[in-house]
Formats: sequence, C-alpha cells, structure tokens
Amino acid sequence: QDLSLPNGTPVDTSSPASSSSLLNRLQLDDDLDVETRDLFVTVDDPKKHVCTMETYITYRVTTKTTRAEFDLPEYSVRRRYQDFDWLRNKLEESQPTHLIPPLPEKFVVKGVVDRFSEEFVETRRKALDKFLKRITDHPVLSFNEHFNVFLTAKDLNAYKKQGMALLSKVGESVKYVTGGYKLRSRPLEFAAIGDYLDTFSLKLGTIDRIAQRIIKEQLEYLVELREYGPVYSTWGGLEVELSEPLEGVSACIGNCCTALEELSEDMTEDFLPVLREYILYAESMKNVLKKRDQVQAEYEAKLEAVALKKEDRPKVPTDVEKCQDRVECFNADLKADMERWQNNKRQDFRQLLMGMADKNIQYYEKCLTAWESIIPLLQDKPETK
Amino acid sequence: MEDCLAKKMEITVSEAEKRTGRNAMNIQETYTAYLIETRAVEPQSEGQCAPVDSLWRRYSEFELLRNYLSVTYPHIVVPPLPEKRADFVWHKLSADNMDPDFVERRRIGLENFLLRVASHPVLCQDKIFYSFLTQEGGWKEMVNETGFQLKADSRLKALNATFRVKNPDKRFTELKHYSDELQSVISHLLRVRARVADRLYGVYKVHGNYGRVFSEWSAIEKEMGDGLQSAGHHMDVYAASIDDILEEEEHYADQLKEYLFYAEALRAVCRKHELMQYDLEMAAQDLTSKKQQCEELATGTVRTFSLKGMTSKLFGQETPEQREAKIKVLEEQIQEGEEQLKSKNLEGRDFVKSAWADIERFKEQKNHDLKEALISYAVMQISMCKKGIQVWTNAKECFSKM
Repeated sequence: QDLSLPNGTPVDTSSPASSSSLLNRLQLDDDLDVETRDLFVTVDDPKKHVCTMETYITYRVTTKTTRAEFDLPEYSVRRRYQDFDWLRNKLEESQPTHLIPPLPEKFVVKGVVDRFSEEFVETRRKALDKFLKRITDHPVLSFNEHFNVFLTAKDLNAYKKQGMALLSKVGESVKYVTGGYKLRSRPLEFAAIGDYLDTFSLKLGTIDRIAQRIIKEQLEYLVELREYGPVYSTWGGLEVELSEPLEGVSACIGNCCTALEELSEDMTEDFLPVLREYILYAESMKNVLKKRDQVQAEYEAKLEAVALKKEDRPKVPTDVEKCQDRVECFNADLKADMERWQNNKRQDFRQLLMGMADKNIQYYEKCLTAWESIIPLLQDKPETK
Repeated sequence: MEDCLAKKMEITVSEAEKRTGRNAMNIQETYTAYLIETRAVEPQSEGQCAPVDSLWRRYSEFELLRNYLSVTYPHIVVPPLPEKRADFVWHKLSADNMDPDFVERRRIGLENFLLRVASHPVLCQDKIFYSFLTQEGGWKEMVNETGFQLKADSRLKALNATFRVKNPDKRFTELKHYSDELQSVISHLLRVRARVADRLYGVYKVHGNYGRVFSEWSAIEKEMGDGLQSAGHHMDVYAASIDDILEEEEHYADQLKEYLFYAEALRAVCRKHELMQYDLEMAAQDLTSKKQQCEELATGTVRTFSLKGMTSKLFGQETPEQREAKIKVLEEQIQEGEEQLKSKNLEGRDFVKSAWADIERFKEQKNHDLKEALISYAVMQISMCKKGIQVWTNAKECFSKM
C-alpha cells in the first residue's frame, strides 16, 4: 500500500510503530458511535478478600468484543489494584510515545482513610473503570498485547512472571534511551503543550483546594445546623399554640441538614477524585513530553556528529535515519494523542462541572421543598380549644 | 383599643444622629440622638396633611420612660427596649454601638417600642408617655416629679419575697417558670443562629474564589474558555448574595430578641405578685399574733408558749392598769391591721385580675407575632433557596457550553 501523510510525504510503513501511528492519525474523529465500537469494558462488583497475609479488594472486569484479537466474545476476570498498576507500567513501557491515562492514587494514608469503606471502594472502582475505558477508546492502546492479557487471562500472575520472554505481534518498541542529550530547540507546538500543562495543573490544584475548603466550611456549617434545629423543638415543648409551628421548623432544618450532608458527600466522592486524576494525568503527560525532547535531542546530536565527520556520504547512516523516524513518529503520536486528550478533557470537565452544578441545584431544591411544605403549617389557624 | 393612641397618631423614629455633649459629670461624651416624629391621623380638609411634630431623644431617655412605666403599671407586661449593647453578633457584624448598622437596627427597635406602648390599651393613655412624644423640654423633670422612683420595689425585697412567699397564685408561679425557660431557649437559639450565620457566610464567600481561578483557567483554553469565564462570573454573584441574605435574617433575630426581653417583663409582673402576696401574708401573720397577744392579756391564760408570758410569770404580773393600757393599744393596732389587711387583699385581688387580663392579651400578641416571624423566616429561606437554584442553573448552562 502506498500510504502518505496529508501533506504528501511518503510514510515508511516498515517500522511497526508507524503503522499504528498512521491508524492513529487517520482516526482523529473519536466520537465513536456505539454501533461502530467493537470493544466494551466495565469494572464493577468489588469484593473483599481476607487472607492470612493480607486483606485486599478485587474488582470484576467484564469485556465484550467482536475484535479478532480476542479468542472469545466475552470475558470476565477479577483484578486487584496492583494488577491495574502493572498494566499501566507495561503500557508506559511498551507505548512510550502515547499518553497513558492515570490511575487513582496508589497509597492512602492509613488511619485517615478507610481503604475498605464503601465510599472509598466505590470511588476507586469508578476511577479504575474510567482508566480502562480510556484505554478502550484509544485506537492504539486498545490493541496493546498486555491490555489484551489483562482483560482475558485467568491467571495474570503467571503471565506477569513471564515478563520480557513474550514476543508480541505488535512488537515491543525499541527502548528509548534517555541519554541526557541537550535539546537545541523545542518545536513551538510542544513548548506550548508544556506551558499549557503547567498552567493547567496549577489551576486544577487551586480548584482542588477551593473545593476542599468549601467542603470543610459546609461540614462546619452542618455542625451548627445540627444544634440549631433541635432548639426550635425544645422551644416547641414550652409552648401550646406555637408548638406545632416550632416543631415544623425544627424538622425542616433537619431535612436541610440531610440534604447538605448528601451534597458534601457527593462532592468528596465524585468531584475531588476526578480533579486529582487530571492532575496526575498532566504530570504523566509532562513526562512523555520530556521523553520526546530526549528523542529529538538524541537525533540532533547524532545528526551533528555525522555532519562533523564531513565525509562524502551519499546516504545518511541507518541509525541516524532510525532516530529521525523515532522523532517523527513520537511527534505524530503525541500530537494525535494531545488532540484526543483535549477533546476528552473538554467533555470530562463539561460533565464534571455540570455535575457539580447539578448537585448544588438538587441540594437547594430539597431545602426549598422542605421550607415550602411548612408554610401552610405555620399559617394554619388552630381550632378553638 | 378604640382609644388607642396609635390609631390617632402616626409615630415614627425617623432619624439617628451622632452628638457630642457633656454629661451629668461634665465629661465629654458621644451619643446618638433619635428623631421622633408624630402626626395626627385625622381626616384633614382638602387632602391636607397634618403637620409633623418632632423632637430628639437619646436612649437614656427611653430607658427613663420605660422605668417609669414599669413602676407605675406593675400589673402590665411593659414592652421592652431594644438591646443597649450589641449582643449575639456573628463575626461580620460589629459589636460597636456607633456602628451605623447597629444604630439603624436600634432606630427600628425604638420605633417598635413606641408603637407597642401606643397600641397598649392602658399604657397609651399615660400622660408622661404623651409628653415624651410631644414635649421636648422639661420632660425629664416632669417624670422625676412623679416620684416614681420612690414607688420602686428594692431588688432585695423582691428576692426575699420570692423565697419566702407561701401561697402565691399557682398561675403566676407557672408563668414565672415559663418566662425563665423562654428566656433560656431564645438565648440559646440566638447564639446558635449567630454561629450558623457565620458558617454560612464562609461557605458562600469561598465560592468567590472559583470566579478568579475559572477566569485564569479560561485564558489558556480555546473552546472551554467562554463557558468557564461566564460560569466564574456566576460564582462571584453567588458569593456576593450572602450579604443581603444575612442582613435580612438580622430582622428575624431582632424579632426573637424582642421576645427574649419580653420574658423579663413577664417575670417582673410575676415577681410583683409574689411581693404583694408576701406582703399580705406577713400582714396577716402580724395581725394573727397581735390578736393572740390581746387574748392572752385579756384572759390571763397563756395558750402557747411565749417569752413575754414566761417573763411575766417569772418577774411578776403587771398591774391591771398596765394590762388595760396594753390591751387598748393592741386593740387599736388590730383594728388598723384588719383594715390594712382588707385593703391589701383587695389590692392583691385587683392586681391578679388586671395582671392576668394583660397577660392573656400578651399571650395572644406573642403567639401572633412569633408565628409571623417564623413565616417570614421560612419565606427568607425559600428566597435563599430560589436564588441558589437560579445561580447554579445559570452556571450549569455556562458549563454546558464548554
């Protein structure tokens, strides 16, 4: 096949990395309809396992697919966090030119967070589900061998032990040497991405702090409200005609307390984790940018070395050619991934922020209902005794 | 109620002004003076408005008026004055008496006090009250001339009576108990409400920080930028809205405070009853012992042990003449005592009757006012919720355009 880039340059299809990159470049439209999708992955059903040495949680990973790369149309396996962590590391190793989605934080401070509480497990499950779905949606990562094994293997540990011995069809990409070369000039677009990610992380960090502060203030407000409501009830006990109205106000405040509690919980469980995920995402993306810089620097160094030799060579040596290849592939993969990432980010934040607004609306609606319902009670004229 | 002053005269406390002057000890001081405006509510010819009379009074004069009314009408639950010093404040409000917000709320409270007195069927007819509203000069002297301070019961006397009275009217005992509890519960409520206001303020204000960070973030975004920026603006609106909300709530707190202070007035009426009852009991006791003495002297028998009886037995009897003289004195005292007892009894019964009538009037007023206050509080909460829904709906729309 005679493939060429949109600008006319012919593409070297011999290197395995570039063929998948091509697929990547051509498939920029990632609004995949459900009908055209051929791989569905879900994480659910957390279960606690108590063993002599340790206690841990596993999650069920269900796969439904029509892809040829899978032997069966359906799979159901159980995986624990360290399996996901292994997968992510493998992806970073084997697909260094791509942006790998983040995992929820590995370590939690013992004693502060209960690793086995329903809320924590559910938050983690959602994050792990999102992690796999992001990989599933990626035109290159979703075809990764390790990903396939993760989704299908009955005994993942056995596979893990095999390690480097396994040969893959797609092929392990060449290890990119970070040889400490100095970069001459970073292409503007990658410099821009770097700057963007820096500011982006900063702003998300600020939003995280603000959201935490709001939750803290809300909980302190809740503490006072919980004392406030019952005082009306106590007063009601002293009165005759005002007894019902005062009780009504007390109950109303109680309902508002419940609504507020729900709001704070939702923000803690749904809002903050997603923010933190994106901060981690930005961090790992910056690392990929650094690797790209290294690859470019290596190429430039080797090219310069050749130019200095001043030999009358008609051809550029193959290893320099390979370097050039790597640079171009890296740039292309990264560009495509960045575009995809930007689009997903926009959708994710749109959903996240709309969700936050929604939760606040629901909180106020619950309170509104409570207060509106006691107006008739307050206005009620008691029957003459 | 038909002759109520409030119906015949429009009363307002329309202004407050800072003044400096020299006080009784010739020391320079700053105080606030309040302008009382009155106007007759009478049908005027050809749509003419009645002229407005006005005079300035300071808080201490209001206090003097109230003290006079409390002493002169002890059977009436006298309306309370707004607080002298700012209490139950949450952090944003100033506890400074000179703070304009405090002065403003006090102005409203003083107007409310005057209206309460003017609509009271008994108090509104008082001449001193009328002069307070209409006569600028010489009013203080007029009040002092009534000599009401002399009529005031000492605190010690009142406390003594509370402990020692044997048969107070049960209704008053219960009412005193109620007023104590009411005072306690409203104080608690006001304290917690102030803390709630404080915390709520914090929640709203922190949201303002979103405004700035969204704006900064929007600067680096292409498609998301506009949505973020406009949502940030709504967060600023949200944060700013709490100031008006909490200011409105202060009116609710003031309504509760009035009844907190009313509890004190209620208790004062109960204490007056106890004092009168104790007085009565003491007078009756005194009369009984005098009658007994008289009987003993007349019959020569000592029915119960008395020191006088013993000493006279030990140190010899008196002469018949001495005895006759003593009996006569006692008989006079007994007659006086019986008349006094009769009038005290009458006084006591009258007091109970009129006090209880005013208490019933007060109860109805209280129930009506507090119900209204609770309704207005609920309405405030509803308004706050609706504002919240509006702001977040606007923000959600901005986010949807991201």
